[in-house]
Amino acid sequence: MSGLSQALRDLGALVTNGVWRLGFAARFFMLLLLYSGQSLRRLHLTVREIYFSGVLSLLIIVVSGLFVGMVLGLQGYETLQRFGSGDALGVLVALSLTRELGPVVAGLLFASRAGSAVTAEIGLMKATEQLKAMDMMAVNPIARVVAPRFWGGVISMPFLAALFSAMGVFGGWLIGVVLIGVDEGAFWSQMQAAVDFRFDILNGVIKSAVFGVAVALIAVFEGYDCTPTAEGVSRAITRTVVGSALAILALDFVLTSFMFRGQS
Amino acid sequence: MNADPGPPLVHLAKLRFAYGEREILRGIDLSVRRGQVVAIMGGSGCGKTTLLRLIGGQLRATGGSVAVAGQDLGRLAHRELYALRRRMGMLFQFGALFTDMSVFDNVAFPLREHTDLAPELIRDLVLMKLNAVGLRGAARLMPAELSGGMARRVALARAIALDPMLIMYDEPFAGLDPIALGVVGQLIRRLNDALGAGTIMVTHDIVESLQIVDYIYFVSEGRIVAHGTPDEIRASDDPFVHQFVHAEADGPVPFHYPAAPLADSLIGPGGA
Amino acid sequence: MSRTTLDLWVGVFVVIGIAALMFLSLRVGNLAGANIGETYTVSARFDNIGGLKVRAPVKSAGVVIGRVTDIRFETDSYRAEVRFTVDTRYPFPRDTIATILTSGLLGEQYLGLEPGGDVEMLTNGDALQITQSAVVLEKLIGQFLFNKAAEEPTK
Repeated sequence: MSGLSQALRDLGALVTNGVWRLGFAARFFMLLLLYSGQSLRRLHLTVREIYFSGVLSLLIIVVSGLFVGMVLGLQGYETLQRFGSGDALGVLVALSLTRELGPVVAGLLFASRAGSAVTAEIGLMKATEQLKAMDMMAVNPIARVVAPRFWGGVISMPFLAALFSAMGVFGGWLIGVVLIGVDEGAFWSQMQAAVDFRFDILNGVIKSAVFGVAVALIAVFEGYDCTPTAEGVSRAITRTVVGSALAILALDFVLTSFMFRGQS
Repeated sequence: MNADPGPPLVHLAKLRFAYGEREILRGIDLSVRRGQVVAIMGGSGCGKTTLLRLIGGQLRATGGSVAVAGQDLGRLAHRELYALRRRMGMLFQFGALFTDMSVFDNVAFPLREHTDLAPELIRDLVLMKLNAVGLRGAARLMPAELSGGMARRVALARAIALDPMLIMYDEPFAGLDPIALGVVGQLIRRLNDALGAGTIMVTHDIVESLQIVDYIYFVSEGRIVAHGTPDEIRASDDPFVHQFVHAEADGPVPFHYPAAPLADSLIGPGGA
Repeated sequence: MSRTTLDLWVGVFVVIGIAALMFLSLRVGNLAGANIGETYTVSARFDNIGGLKVRAPVKSAGVVIGRVTDIRFETDSYRAEVRFTVDTRYPFPRDTIATILTSGLLGEQYLGLEPGGDVEMLTNGDALQITQSAVVLEKLIGQFLFNKAAEEPTK
């Protein structure tokens, strides 16, 4: 019986801990926004972080986008042509990418590549007392180290998601038109007729911006809040990747249900 | 090695500090004047590092007061605390250098962040500080390429970049070879005298400290148990000081962690 | 990494990103052909709008000339009122007929406009008088069966 009560107590502690941590994260977010002035005034700090988060993620985003688009092309055609609608391949590829796959998959890849790197960086700085040293030198570590990395991530995400979708469409075209032989005119014209700028593309951009905020926030928070030891940092990195993935998928559902309510 | 007369640079009065329920410091009275090098010594876990954090404002006292340059830290707003910190320099235990910047950029950091000086002027200042610690030639190296002793010296150069009035050292001698130890000890004394600053050193190295400091405070279980000039300490017959200075295994600081008598552990219910 | 190289790469990144967005908007989406120009609003009432949705295209002779903006149910006539915009480049006469048509066999429904012969043109806020509702499958079957039953007695 004591085993059960202990288990319940542990569960309770887990929940209270989780709630406490959530509150702490919210306060951290407020501080982050408050101290973001420097990220704007000293733009080179943020530009540097855009390089490390965005530019260095280009390769994985471009290659993944290309392959996802190519798979969409293959699988899509295989299914569509059973209903004689092979010409609608362009529509399938474009809508899947701009509405869902672009923001979500790019977000997941971004979290694993850039998010984990940011968490590792901040976590290691914490473990080696660099953040404390900065604080003692009267330089606010949140303003100087954390905020630029946050904004670097937020700015990079929409561009990366757009690039992913664009490469995906190209990949779909490559497989569909060049390889399989779907009519090029039908491919593009049906796509343009079905994909609405405001509805599909803009919504996709909004999604990727929201995901960017979520991933960047989780990454900097886990790094800043980690236990300052080697295993503490490694656990924080794991939490960033897993937490970001869950956040992206949950937010995707919420955003999709708002944006695409009962529309064609 | 006489203390410079003047108002105390750092003054702790009946300082208390606790982490939740656990009391770390139970009433500390301590004074440091400008020009003085003061050592705070004690066994591991007695609260020495906590004292440094309290003086630097990283922790808030739960009782008593901490005054630096006449200002009560408990009453300062964040901005004022930062203004005060610009006049302090702190050397962390393992240097805490910024690993993504070169030695030069590390020392230049406080100058670039807090002053509007021209790059040429900053360059000269940085090289002068590095020269003071003997590492001018290492300016282009990255922290990962430095030995422990060198890293600590670079951190020292960074700590004095803005010519602080108070310099704090957290275990400056830990893990150094005898030569590096001697170098760091000499630097601490010389820099303090050259800058006319006050220095607080937290350490357990008794040999080196006795040679360079003006005053020593011994901390045990959250209280000051002994204090005096190096001569007074050497001549002291206080059992704690004696145990510390002569590195005795047992004395006021017991060898055994509190436990039941050995016979009971072996034969009694807890034993095999 | 020197400041200038870094800035260069970030600049390249931003340019590529914007290029991707442009590509998506213009080549993949329909921004290029969107009605960014001036439009005028017209309304029409139908007995049954079928599957017509807001944002459905308004076409005449098969060319998209506007969009459906609002669909409401009117309790004074128990009919559906559809409001739509038409590009100002295309004025229509006041006796234009509005029909709800389906594109292809199973495609989505759209509003088709057939111009009448009136000299006066529609202005902003006008209502079309003649409309043709969407074809509802059940009614079609019912009509077919009715016609079939009507034929029987002559046999």
